[in-house]
Amino acid sequence: MTTLDSSKEIQKNNSEVNETHEDFRIFGLITFLIADGMTFAGFFAAYLTYKAVNPLPDGAIYELELPIPTLNTILLLVSSATFHKAGKALLKDKNSDSQKWLLLTAFLGILFLICQLFEYFHLPFGLTDNLFASTFYALTGFHGLHVTLGTLMILIITWQSRINGGRLTSQNMFPLEAVELYWHFVDGIWVILFIILYLL
Amino acid sequence: MTILIDPQKTNNESLQPKGWLRYFSFSLDHKVIGIQYLVCGFLFYLIGGTLASAIRIELASPMSDFMPRDVYNQVLTLHGTIMIFLWIVPVVNGAFGNYLIPFYVGARDMAFPRLNAVAFWLIPPSGLMLVASYFVEGAAQAGWTAYPPLSITTPQSGQIIWILSVLLLGGSSIFGGINFIATIIKLRRPGLKLMQLPMYCWAMLGTSLLVVLSTPVLAGTLILLSFDIIANTGFFNPVLGGNVVVYQHLFWFYSHPAVYIMVLPAFGLVSEILPVHARKPLFGYTTMVFSIMGIVVLGLVVWAHHMFTSGTPPWMRLFFTIATAFIAVPTGIKFFNWVATLWGGKISINSAMLFSCGFIINFVFGGITGVALAQVPFDIHVHDTYFVVAHFHYIVYGGTVFIIFSSIYHWFPKVIGKMLNEKLGILHFIITFIGFNLCFAPQHWLGLNGMPRRVAEYDPQFQFVNQISSLGALLMAISTIPFLINVFLSARNGKNAGDNPWNALTPEWLTSSPPPVENWEGEAPLVKEPYGYGKQFSEQK
Repeated sequence: MTTLDSSKEIQKNNSEVNETHEDFRIFGLITFLIADGMTFAGFFAAYLTYKAVNPLPDGAIYELELPIPTLNTILLLVSSATFHKAGKALLKDKNSDSQKWLLLTAFLGILFLICQLFEYFHLPFGLTDNLFASTFYALTGFHGLHVTLGTLMILIITWQSRINGGRLTSQNMFPLEAVELYWHFVDGIWVILFIILYLL
Repeated sequence: MTILIDPQKTNNESLQPKGWLRYFSFSLDHKVIGIQYLVCGFLFYLIGGTLASAIRIELASPMSDFMPRDVYNQVLTLHGTIMIFLWIVPVVNGAFGNYLIPFYVGARDMAFPRLNAVAFWLIPPSGLMLVASYFVEGAAQAGWTAYPPLSITTPQSGQIIWILSVLLLGGSSIFGGINFIATIIKLRRPGLKLMQLPMYCWAMLGTSLLVVLSTPVLAGTLILLSFDIIANTGFFNPVLGGNVVVYQHLFWFYSHPAVYIMVLPAFGLVSEILPVHARKPLFGYTTMVFSIMGIVVLGLVVWAHHMFTSGTPPWMRLFFTIATAFIAVPTGIKFFNWVATLWGGKISINSAMLFSCGFIINFVFGGITGVALAQVPFDIHVHDTYFVVAHFHYIVYGGTVFIIFSSIYHWFPKVIGKMLNEKLGILHFIITFIGFNLCFAPQHWLGLNGMPRRVAEYDPQFQFVNQISSLGALLMAISTIPFLINVFLSARNGKNAGDNPWNALTPEWLTSSPPPVENWEGEAPLVKEPYGYGKQFSEQK
C-alpha cells in the first residue's frame, strides 16, 4: 500500500478498529416510503388537475356515498393502534399477546379490503365509464394493493414471532418496526386519499 | 440499535465464485457490481450506437430509402431509451457510484449490499426485453417520451413491453438511489464530516435525492398509460375525456430531473479528475456543494419548459422561464470553478484530462443553447426541431459520455492494475471530439432552418448539412475501435500501474490496485483533505 509520506493531510487513526455501525435499515425504509409517497403524490396531482380542468360528460356521477369509506377510515386508524399495542407487548417479551394484537391488525386490514370490494361492487360506475371513475379506481386500487401487501407482511411477522424458533423477538424488533412503519404510512395515505377523493 | 459485523458471517468468500465468474454472479461486492454496471452499460451503448448509426445512414438522403418509416420510428425510440435508461443512468450512477462511494465514505461496502445486487440484476433482463421487442411484433415507436395519444394509437405490444422495461429500470434506479443516500449519510467513517467528502459524494447525494423524489412519479404515470393501452381507460385519451397535457406534466416532472440524474454525477466525476491531473486543490469546494444542492432544488421546479407549445398559460411560461434561467447560475459557478481549478495548475495532457476538458467545452456550449431554449419566443421557433436534438446531445454525449470515458482512463489503473495506452487514448479523444462536433454542431443550423426531429424524410435543401452530420457520426462510430483495442490490449499487456499512478489523494488510491475484497487490509484511512494538492510545497516556502 502506497502511503504519501510527505503529505500531512492523511492521518491514520490508530484507535481500535471499531467494526460496528448503527442500524440504518429503518432509514432506508423511510427513504423508500418517501419514494412510494411520491407515486401517490403523482396520482393525487393528476386527479386534482383533472378535477380542475376536465369537465365530466353530462349525467356522470362523481358524488360518492360516505358511510363505507368512513367505516374504512376508522378500521385503518384502529388497526394502527392495535399494531402499536403489538409492538409494546413484544418489547415486554409477551409474544402470545403480541401475536393476538397482530392477528387483530391483520383482521382489520382484511375487513378493510372486504369493505372496499363491497363498495366497488355497489358503485354505479365502472372503470372505463368516465375520467372520474378511472381515477377513482386507480387511486383506491393502488392503495388497496398496499393494504394487501401490508396484511400479508403482518401475517408473516405473526408467524415469525412464534415462541419457539421465530426470528422476531424483543432482541430483534426490526421486522415488526419496519412493517409497523409501512402500515402507518399506508394508513396516512388513506387519510389523505379519503379527504381528497371523498370529502373534497 | 447497533449491528455487530461478524467477521465469520461477512467473509463468506467461499460462497462467492472467484475470478471472472463472479461478474456473472449475484455478487454482493460493491466493486464487482460497479464493473457489472459498467460492462453491461457499455454493451447497451454499442447497441444504442448501432441504432444511432442507422438513423444517420437513413438521414444521409432526404428520402426514406434505408428503412421504412415505422422502422425508423422504432429505431429512434429504442436509441433514446437504451442510451438514457441502459447506458448513461446506470453507468454514471450505478457503475462509478458503486465503485467509488464506499471508498470515499471509508466503508467496506454499500449500506445494503443485497439491494445493490438486486438493483443491478434488474437491468439486463429489462434491457434484453426492450431490444427483443423489436423482433417480436415491432418495438415501441412513440419516442422515448411516449407521448399519448401517439403511444396509445401505435401498435400496442411494443409499447407495453417498453413500459414494463422502463418500470423495471426505474425500480432499479430507485433502489440504487436509496442505497446511495443511506451509504453517504449513515455509513461514513467515524471522524469524517460531510464537508470533507470528495465532491462526487455530494453529486451522488443530490442525484439520489432526485431519483427518489421524481422516478416514482414516472412509474405512476406509466402505470396510468398502460391502463389506457390495455384497459381502455381514458386518462390521457382525449376521445374518452382525458387530458394529454397531464401526461406531459407528470412525465417531465421525472424527465427533467432525469437530465440532472444524468449530468450531476458527471459534474462530480470531473471534480475528482481535474484536481489530480492539474495538481491543484478543487477551487471553491463550498460553492460547489451549494450549487449542486441548488441544482437539485431548482431541477424539480422547471419541468414545464419542455411544454411551451402545449398550450401552457402565460403565467406558467413566465415562471418556468425564470426558474430555468436561474439554473444557469449554479451551473455557471461550477463551470468557473473548474476553469479556476485548471488555472495555473501543473496540467498533464493525458487522455483523462483531455476528455475532461472536452467535457467543459461541450458542456458550456450545450448550456448556452439550454438557456436560449428556456426563452419562450425562441423555444416556440425551434421546438421539436434538430436544434433541440443538438442541444441535448451536447449535454448528454458531449457532457456525460465524455466524462464516462475520462473516468475510465482515470480509474482503469485502479480497477485493473494496468495503465491504459496513452497514444491510443489521445487518438480516441481526437476522433471522438472531432466526430462529435462534426455530427452535432451542424444540427443547430438544421434546427434553426426548420428541419423537424423524429421524421425519416426531410426537405432536400438540408441534404448537404445532414451528410456532414452523418460523416461525424461515422467518426464517432470509428472512435470506439481504438478505445476497445486499448482496453483489451492494456488489460493484458499494459504497464503495471502500481497503487497510486497519479499520486492522487482521494481514498481509493490508498489501497492496492486492484483493491482487495472489503477495500482495505486494515482500517480505512481518514482523508480529511481529498484535494490537498500542492499544499506541502507552499508550506515549505
